[in-house]
Amino acid sequence: MEHLNTEMLSRVQFAFTVSFHIIFPSITIGLATLIAIWEGLWLKTHDPRYLQLAKFWIKPFAITFGMGVVGGIVMSYEFGTNFSKFSEIAGPVLGPLLVYEVMTAFFLEAGFLGVMLFGWQRVGPKVHFISTLVVAIGTWISATWIMAANSWMQTPAGYKIVNGVFHVDSWMDVIFNPSFPYRVTHMLLASFITACLLVAGVSAFYLLKKQHTNFAKKGLSMTMWMLLVLTLVQVEVGDQSGLEVKEHQPAKLAAIEGIWEAKESNVPLLLFAIPNMKTEQNDYQVGIPHLGSLILTHSFDGAVTGLKAFPKEDRPYAPLVFWSFRVMVGLGIGMVLIALAALVLRRKGRLYENKWFLRAVAFFTPMGVVSTIAGWYVAEVGRQPWVVYNLVRTVDVVSPLPAQRVLFTLIAFVIIYGLLGLVYLYFMRKLIRKGPPKMATLEKQLIGMNAPGYALAWVKNLKHEDHHPEGEK
Amino acid sequence: MDLPLFYFLVLGFAIFMYVSLDGFDLGIGILYPWFDKPGERDHLMQSISHVWDGNETWMVMGGALLYGVFPAVYGTLLSTLYIPLMLMLFALIFRGVAFEYRFKSDRSRAYWDLSFSAGSAIAAFCQGLILGTVVQGIPADSSAFSSLHWITPFTVFTGFAVMAGYAMLAACYLFMKSRHDIQAHAANIAKTLLITVLIAMVVVSVWTVLTQPYIYQRWFSGMNFVYLAPLPLLCLVAGVISWKDLHSHRHESRPFWCGILLFLLGLAGLVISIFPYMIPQQLTLWQAVSPHSSLMFILPGVCIFIPIICLYTLWGYRIFSGKVEDYQEGY
Ligand code: HDD
Ligand code: HEM
Ligand code: HEM
Repeated sequence: MEHLNTEMLSRVQFAFTVSFHIIFPSITIGLATLIAIWEGLWLKTHDPRYLQLAKFWIKPFAITFGMGVVGGIVMSYEFGTNFSKFSEIAGPVLGPLLVYEVMTAFFLEAGFLGVMLFGWQRVGPKVHFISTLVVAIGTWISATWIMAANSWMQTPAGYKIVNGVFHVDSWMDVIFNPSFPYRVTHMLLASFITACLLVAGVSAFYLLKKQHTNFAKKGLSMTMWMLLVLTLVQVEVGDQSGLEVKEHQPAKLAAIEGIWEAKESNVPLLLFAIPNMKTEQNDYQVGIPHLGSLILTHSFDGAVTGLKAFPKEDRPYAPLVFWSFRVMVGLGIGMVLIALAALVLRRKGRLYENKWFLRAVAFFTPMGVVSTIAGWYVAEVGRQPWVVYNLVRTVDVVSPLPAQRVLFTLIAFVIIYGLLGLVYLYFMRKLIRKGPPKMATLEKQLIGMNAPGYALAWVKNLKHEDHHPEGEK
Repeated sequence: MDLPLFYFLVLGFAIFMYVSLDGFDLGIGILYPWFDKPGERDHLMQSISHVWDGNETWMVMGGALLYGVFPAVYGTLLSTLYIPLMLMLFALIFRGVAFEYRFKSDRSRAYWDLSFSAGSAIAAFCQGLILGTVVQGIPADSSAFSSLHWITPFTVFTGFAVMAGYAMLAACYLFMKSRHDIQAHAANIAKTLLITVLIAMVVVSVWTVLTQPYIYQRWFSGMNFVYLAPLPLLCLVAGVISWKDLHSHRHESRPFWCGILLFLLGLAGLVISIFPYMIPQQLTLWQAVSPHSSLMFILPGVCIFIPIICLYTLWGYRIFSGKVEDYQEGY
């Protein structure tokens, strides 16, 4: 029971709620972008398959977005409810960033989402496309601000401490803190990859079932081209991010690589190991000698700082960091291989036929989300025990709430989010099973796209009849 | 102008936008049980499904402003009001997801109706609880974290009062956006609620004045009452106008605007009562304010973006202006 103190419970609750939240943004950021691309292409080429793609994916997008919103609102209050002292000392730095996020992103997304979802018959095609594009851009802006806030906590800069409160010296330094450029790029790429994998996976599923094949071919082919570029760039950006971690957060790097000796000059690349916090060594270690040194320092015997160089109370919980990192990188390499396989199969003209390839793609449908969460665990657990790296300890800033109270809300979150997660999956499955809208339905809706005023009048005349112009939603 | 004061007003504006906009859309959920003929609930839901997210964003805005500009208030208020806030968030989760799932459901529609209306009602009630707690004052010692100071007869009353207020706004909104049966039904409900709200405003005012000496001082010392008399008088005027309008069809949108005015006056009364405190008797806005560098950083953003936000929000409402149509449109 001694672990059930307010500090631990608040941390678990924060980690749980934010892990749930990030599932949805990592999908919506990429999906909004894809939908905007399809709508743009449709306007340009008038190829109806693009419209079909946009119209199909906008439904999963809408439910995902809704989940992102409700979870996000919880997050924006949780700093105050569970980490009240942290809010007081870091509010002057993080608060303004959030204010800008709300003003430049959340309102934009919310304001244009109404038109994007419900305005098909009320505005012209160009205005509609612009609304979709604005929603997509809103999600990027949102990610940028929140990554600035989070990166500042990882690599604080541009501040001075007055009476225990952070004051800002330079906002440029706060926003463009050392880890920000790498991390925001890495995160945005992660979202694009996540959405592409989702679209590719569902398309592969249709191809395996031999349903909606024209639609599925277009979706698979486009996303495979995109993944080819995105995943390769992601590996490079991730590598850069690792080098940046080595420079600013050596304890995190040591945990990622599973290095214990204070100064280790033959760093192996560990494939398997169980870091043991008690005995300060790895159990069951399997690795490739020297490869770690080579990757991290670009020299055969380059030395790297290990965990023993830090006092025990300043070390992150290494096993979780170590394994989360391997999950992320392992899946990342898997994605690169899939994209390369697609290239080869395309050359042979068998992209849409090869069963094993399609099964692999279908299997990877949720893997973007998995590696995104794993990546966040590397970054956040690796930062502990600090909430602002090297300056503020997480233990010191928890709200002095009674433990039962936090336990109560934690249990409520687990139940509610668990249920919602199931409901979300159920509706996603339902939408996917229903498949894309038929061309005939789209043509009816097209009337709206060509002449909004006319369509509105036409639809209004129908309003009291029982059948709806576009069938059920 | 003094920067902290300026931000205090901006915060007030955000809260005002929130209670008026999310007020009517939470209110739609509160009114749900009274609309159960076929198609009526679809109609209610459709009347707000394109705007609820934007409305709720004003709450996020309020939270972020508090965090960035008055961090001490944000930390104290949110942590001492832990349970009512969390209940409100849970309730908002249930009602928020109902928008998407309801229209895509076949068998589970009844559950989404329940989730939407109970969620809206509980969220509104919690907001009233929180409001009441702030007015009544938060204990200055550590008991603020562990005791149940936020649940007293007064806060429960304000909880129900806020529910009634939101429901009234929603009924006026429906009066403006609907036709025929729904409109007539909404008008009837709106009349009852209008009276309820006016009585509740009187009760809350008298109750606070009698129990909080410093608020009594503010309103009744010297000539203050004379200067402040326009506030209750305007409330009465707004009430009478909207009562009349609800009986004919000449001014279908005026009751809604009168309802908003009532909220504005109520908020003004609250500010007058507790100013310059943000947490009564503990923290004034000048004590709680962020360092100058933070205030300066947000300033251009607030001046540029808030007007822009208002403009495109207005544009969004205009696209969907006029009566709600009962066919399914959209994506
Ligand atoms: C990299 C992306 C990312 C990350 C790390 C976070 N969010 Fe988020 N958030 C988004 C990207 C996003 C988004 C893409 O902008 C969402 C998802 C769906 C949506 O509606 O917007 C969103 C929604 C969203 C909302 C609702 C906005 C609305 O009403 O429209 C709030 C209040 C937050 N988030 C707050 C947070 C907080 C306090 C976080 C940190 C703990 C956080 N988010 C992490
Ligand atoms: C969205 C993706 C994110 C995920 C999955 C995530 C995950 C986590 C996890 C697992 C912890 C707990 C670490 C531990 O206690 O061992 C944590 C801590 C924390 N994170 Fe994040 N995080 C995310 C984003 C953010 C962002 C954007 C911010 C701030 C702007 C943030 C602020 C914090 C804070 C304040 C803590 C300290 C409280 C604690 O230790 O639980 N996080 N996060
Ligand atoms: C395969 C090569 C990859 C490498 C070398 C790599 C490297 C890293 C490193 C070192 C971090 C920690 C950054 C920090 O703590 O500051 C990180 C974080 C993260 N990774 Fe990766 N990564 C790779 C692939 C991926 C993939 C494929 C995804 C998702 C699709 C992903 C998503 C993330 C996310 C969301 C974070 C947390 C946010 C951040 O700190 O940037 N990564 N990655």
